[in-house]
Amino acid sequence: MTELTQYALSSKSGFGRLALLVFFLGPAVVIYAAFSVYPLIATMALASFTTDQAGAYHFAGIDNFILLLTDKDWRGPFWNALGNNALFFIIHMLVQNPIGIAIAGLLSLPALKFRATYRTLIFMPTMLSVVIIGFAWNLILSPLWGVSEGFLKFLGLGSLFKPWLGLEGSALITIGLISVWQFVGIPLMLIYAALLNIPEELVDAARIDGLSHFRIFFHVKLPLIMPTIGLVSILTFVGNFNAFDLVYAIKGALAGPNFSTDLLGTFFYRTFFGNQLQLGSPTMGATVATAMFLIILMGVCIYLFLIQRRLERHSF
Amino acid sequence: MTRRFGPFAVHTILIAYSMIAIMPILLVVMNSFKARKAIFGAPLAFPSSETFSLIGYSKVLGNSNVGMFFFNSVSVTLISMAAVLLFGAMAAWALAEYRFKGSTLLALFLSIGIMVPIRLGSISILHTMVSLDLINTRLALILVYTAQGLPMAIFILSEFISQIPKDLRDAARCDGVPEIAIFFQVIAPLLRPAIATVAVFTVVPIWNDLWFPLLLAPGKETQTITLGIQQFIGQYVTDWNSVLAALSVAILPVIAIYLVFSRQLIGGLTAGAVK
Repeated sequence: MTELTQYALSSKSGFGRLALLVFFLGPAVVIYAAFSVYPLIATMALASFTTDQAGAYHFAGIDNFILLLTDKDWRGPFWNALGNNALFFIIHMLVQNPIGIAIAGLLSLPALKFRATYRTLIFMPTMLSVVIIGFAWNLILSPLWGVSEGFLKFLGLGSLFKPWLGLEGSALITIGLISVWQFVGIPLMLIYAALLNIPEELVDAARIDGLSHFRIFFHVKLPLIMPTIGLVSILTFVGNFNAFDLVYAIKGALAGPNFSTDLLGTFFYRTFFGNQLQLGSPTMGATVATAMFLIILMGVCIYLFLIQRRLERHSF
Repeated sequence: MTRRFGPFAVHTILIAYSMIAIMPILLVVMNSFKARKAIFGAPLAFPSSETFSLIGYSKVLGNSNVGMFFFNSVSVTLISMAAVLLFGAMAAWALAEYRFKGSTLLALFLSIGIMVPIRLGSISILHTMVSLDLINTRLALILVYTAQGLPMAIFILSEFISQIPKDLRDAARCDGVPEIAIFFQVIAPLLRPAIATVAVFTVVPIWNDLWFPLLLAPGKETQTITLGIQQFIGQYVTDWNSVLAALSVAILPVIAIYLVFSRQLIGGLTAGAVK
């Protein structure tokens, strides 16, 4: 803040100063508070109530959470969805982020031709709707169409083809890889930007010392972009533990076969709205949403207090 | 080492991955222009004069309300984007420029939404919209998307505003220009380069969202293109011409806009990420 600002504000009456702040901050704060923060708090509050048959709400403390974690009808689906979600996240960390880092590394090589074309093409799936992507892959992997089978036969691997999306053992991994295919653009761009931001002198110094591009990447650049990799990891975590669209588009709310592709997002949707197997429950839906909130909060805290601090100390 | 890992290898890897990225999209769009027999007979072939057919498109454009879905998506996305940009820039300006009691706390409060997904509050959002009688209106979606986009926009725009030279506003203040005019006439025009960055982070998720249209505006009149196409495909699941055409109708405009603006969009994304 400049001294002139201070002058400008202090010269106004208290009311004029307040009016100015309300004018600038009011709309954003009101909309954000009413449609983002308040619903979040109200949802968490709702998680501590139950409804009776007349529809009246009763305070229940943490009973809903105990029900979710211990009752035989709730425990199984919840842990199933949480476990699937953890696997979904691990797939992204092991496949999406390394591919993103590798391609960003290649794209940031000096004097690379067609750089913009590659960037445009590789980022394209990220721009498209998850729903559209889900349907497109559903068709491509469908044995009815036979495109994938034909392609594998062309490569001489025809016998490997299976209806991966329909099999309990492979459906979740397949959906995870489709999601990786779509969202690899996000880590790619963030890491690419971080690589471009590395001071030229550092890279030049390494090159004068006779290091190859390969070693410069691993020994000079990679340690410097660790904070960005940390950021990418937490963004992946939040995105994955909030995922819903892709499974819903490919498998519907029942997340088949036999709930093998159920994530916390689809579990939350079913719990709240109900489905062929059970009635919807706002209070249990709120309980699942609160559990998701706590999981995401835990991830964010681990990132903020453990990972980010250590990374910044080691790098810059 | 450079010679072993030469430009040829680099281009081979990048071309291979580019193929992986666009082949599925190309496959869907290509086959949407073919007759049913050719879709199954030679799925990997480009449409030729014999196999070319627009039957899927005529079904999609004739049978459903694609035009209305488009209008809904465009209006919801554009109005939300305008609100996010305007209110976000105003808030970012106030937070970056004025010091007042609780400003740090307010900045922290506004940044919660960057990390915590708004979806988790869906049950209460639904209740609020029911009590405000906003179910099945575009306004419900606009309000939620504005709330969803604001935290990231304020974060990006604050960074951007702090880079604007102080002399500019101070000169205006010396001339006695009122604070509100300083923002709209001096600062706001300078924020134009940041628009692309904010757009990537707000517009794309809004356009592509399925969750809130499903929850708040599932009625025929207010469906967005993403939800509309999802439901259309659900009905015509065995009609491959229609399904492929419907997917292409959803994909092609986004790709066209993306190709036109890709330089700015990716530039915006990388610029925002540098911070």
